[in-house]
Amino acid sequence: MPATSRPQRAAASGTTPPSLRRSRPRYAERVVEALLMIAAFVSIATTIGIVIALIPPTVDFFGKPEISVWDFLTGTDWSPLFAAGQRQFGVIPLVSATLVITAIACLVAIPLGLGAATYLSEYASRRVRDVLKPVLEVLAGVPTVVYGFFALEFVTPFLGRVLPFEIDIYNALSAGLVMGIMIIPTVASLAEDAMTAVPNSLRDGAYALGSTRRQVSVRVVIPAALSGIVAAFILGISRAIGETMIVAIAAGGRPNLSLNPLEEMQTMTGFIAAAGLGDQPTGSVGYETIFAVGTLLFLITLVMNLISIQLVRKYREVYE
Amino acid sequence: MTAIAPSPRRDDDRSGRELAPQGVQVKELAFKYLLLACLVVAVVFLVILLWSIVQKGWPRLNLELITEQPSRRPQRAGIQSAIFGTLWVIGLAAAFCIPTGILAAIYLEEYASPNRWYNRLIELNLQNLAAVPAIVYGILGLGLIARGPLGFGFVVITASLTLSLLVLPVVIIASREAIRAVPNSIRQGSLALGATRWQTVQRQVLPAAVPGMATGSILALSRALGEAAPLVLLGGVSFITFNPDGPNSPYTVLPILIFSWTIRPQEEFRVAASAAIVVLLVILLAMNSLAIFLRNRYQQRW
Repeated sequence: MPATSRPQRAAASGTTPPSLRRSRPRYAERVVEALLMIAAFVSIATTIGIVIALIPPTVDFFGKPEISVWDFLTGTDWSPLFAAGQRQFGVIPLVSATLVITAIACLVAIPLGLGAATYLSEYASRRVRDVLKPVLEVLAGVPTVVYGFFALEFVTPFLGRVLPFEIDIYNALSAGLVMGIMIIPTVASLAEDAMTAVPNSLRDGAYALGSTRRQVSVRVVIPAALSGIVAAFILGISRAIGETMIVAIAAGGRPNLSLNPLEEMQTMTGFIAAAGLGDQPTGSVGYETIFAVGTLLFLITLVMNLISIQLVRKYREVYE
Repeated sequence: MTAIAPSPRRDDDRSGRELAPQGVQVKELAFKYLLLACLVVAVVFLVILLWSIVQKGWPRLNLELITEQPSRRPQRAGIQSAIFGTLWVIGLAAAFCIPTGILAAIYLEEYASPNRWYNRLIELNLQNLAAVPAIVYGILGLGLIARGPLGFGFVVITASLTLSLLVLPVVIIASREAIRAVPNSIRQGSLALGATRWQTVQRQVLPAAVPGMATGSILALSRALGEAAPLVLLGGVSFITFNPDGPNSPYTVLPILIFSWTIRPQEEFRVAASAAIVVLLVILLAMNSLAIFLRNRYQQRW
């Protein structure tokens, strides 16, 4: 077996046959390849760096007698920067605030992003695409601090005028709405990629059976591209969970276990930013909470990103 | 539905009416405009955002904004140290992430065999890194670069390294696309003439891929330029009234200055923040226009 498999492997990897190979080995080529490989491994080193940065302070944090992993994950009181004895380490308020704001953002970004993707992929003529695509790119290029400023300065006062309820100066609603708009380009461009990858033969078949354009879009293209569309949604949700500046500016800094989007609340990312602003001394509990919450955030987004990557692979395998 | 349809793909109204039951025409149009409305919402939002920020910042949009240093008196506060800080931070970040990103892209496109497990790992890792929240990179910078093993402190080089790791996946992905766009016939021609692998890459593939790589790199840098979240953890929010003079100097950058003005109570600081946002957006627009210009002017069509 080994005798037959070796030449096959050589052919598969594209190396030259022995008769054409140079007799003298080229060391410089080897060195160049090694250098290029090192550059590629910087990305692996980044991930390892993130893990190394996160783990020791997190372990120290949970090593303290007053803190247990269980209390951290189930506690409903979050006041880690208070004086010793009064502080509480239940992360639930931060997680619930993150979920409230992410849910609002998804209510905006998922329908609008999918609608935009369907229009661009199935309806728009070349000229319309050439005008509308750059708008989405500009929207994606606006810095998040600008979105945060806009949410606080313009969206919140606007909501205060049009809504019949009292609304806090800092609130989850305006942060979530603006974040939803911010995520539209992410959702739209990935979903559009998935829809464009659907082969035209499927569309032609449906048209031949007398379907209208709407029927083709809704009953053929969207189901056929579903795994890619779901991947786009998950990546959008992951971005919403990790977004920092909008919530740090517009959602406020008070941990608040509430589902009322009109109230001020602090998300996981909002807490990390607020604690970082305070310049916690190395090794203090305040310093370590940044890493503990960061670990939780990293794990949540990691799981979602991996699911999204897997789903994208699935549709690539089917259609490309 | 008794009539035989002449051609289902014809777009004129009559064939549609014959084919489809009553009411479908209206539904079709309504659906189309509903989809279009999704995009219109995004466009209208963008226009309102730009208009209201320019309007608010208008009184402070003058030369003094750029020539003055940040100040505790909002009417006189300028953005000079933030502009120089941005130049230092982004310049150093470019010096690190562009060469690394391009070399990594060459490895992944020209050398790496997808059959090797470590190459597949790099691939997966890169896709994940592109979606890791920016603030997590800030934690990496805080734990390993500002403090911890490297211990550079809250200075320009810390911010540069952190931001370059943040945008490295973007540079790699864009450069890979540029390399992939070079047709294989070019490589095969070069190899057939006896060139080595690296000679082929260096003399044939890279020159053809430069415009695409430049465009991708500029777009990546413009992302780094607007990024504030990681720098909040890296001391960028401190009150700096002098221009940085090197990699070891304390710094502030434009997005961070905007953030620290936004969270102050005085209304005048919000006006100054609006004006600073306009400056930031103009810089970003200029970079994006340059990127698009390079792409359209120099990109080869094969």
